[in-house]
Amino acid sequence: MERMDDLHVQASNDTLYTVLDAIEEYLNKNSCEKSIQTQILIAVEELYVNIASYAYGGDAGEAVVSMDVSGDPKRCRVTLMDKGIPYNPLEREDPDITLSAQEREIGGLGIFMVKQTMDQVEYRYENGCNILTIEKGIEEEGETE
Amino acid sequence: MTITETRQGETVQLNVEGRVDTNTSPQLQKSILQAFQKGNAVVLNLERVDYVSSSGLRALLIGQKTASSKGGSMKLTHVCDAVMKVFDMTGFSKMLTIE
Repeated sequence: MERMDDLHVQASNDTLYTVLDAIEEYLNKNSCEKSIQTQILIAVEELYVNIASYAYGGDAGEAVVSMDVSGDPKRCRVTLMDKGIPYNPLEREDPDITLSAQEREIGGLGIFMVKQTMDQVEYRYENGCNILTIEKGIEEEGETE
Repeated sequence: MTITETRQGETVQLNVEGRVDTNTSPQLQKSILQAFQKGNAVVLNLERVDYVSSSGLRALLIGQKTASSKGGSMKLTHVCDAVMKVFDMTGFSKMLTIE
């Protein structure tokens, strides 16, 4: 198993690319299929921006991002952690994707996309931390369960 | 992300290049709204876009709402497979005009 060094960042949209670049580099090293890589990056963006926007109620606070790849076929696991307000974004109701543009509300699609594209998404609150974990096979789509 | 604009009569085409994400989508949204001030038909050429997150979808939804309220049109062209997957899973492929 190979781990990426934990990334400690000030949770903010300004540090989004620090997080995404580190994950992209790590996925490249692990020969992640390109379209899967994009799905993982989008999923991390959605979760990270959520933390940056809401976890600390507008105040500064830290987020820790960790990642590893293991198994055969290879799977990656990304964990995002913050010490902000306890909040499980997975409990949010899924949007109605059959509505027309006029009927649609703005927003609410980010977490839905994470649930759709990742093999596994898990939230837990432990020792004062919100911990979100996503998992996804990184070889050709359809090869992993 | 960069956006270049071409105009022909009432049609304004925006050629978008790069990632449409949380940090860049406000620029896309602004460009779409400005385009609707110049013409009634907006074409978004997404040939060089392979990454659209939910904030990008938000910009597109606002664009589509603007098109409808103005009696105009917004059309997306050259959408790659990765972006089409995002549109399909969110119902945007039925809601938007995609060529």
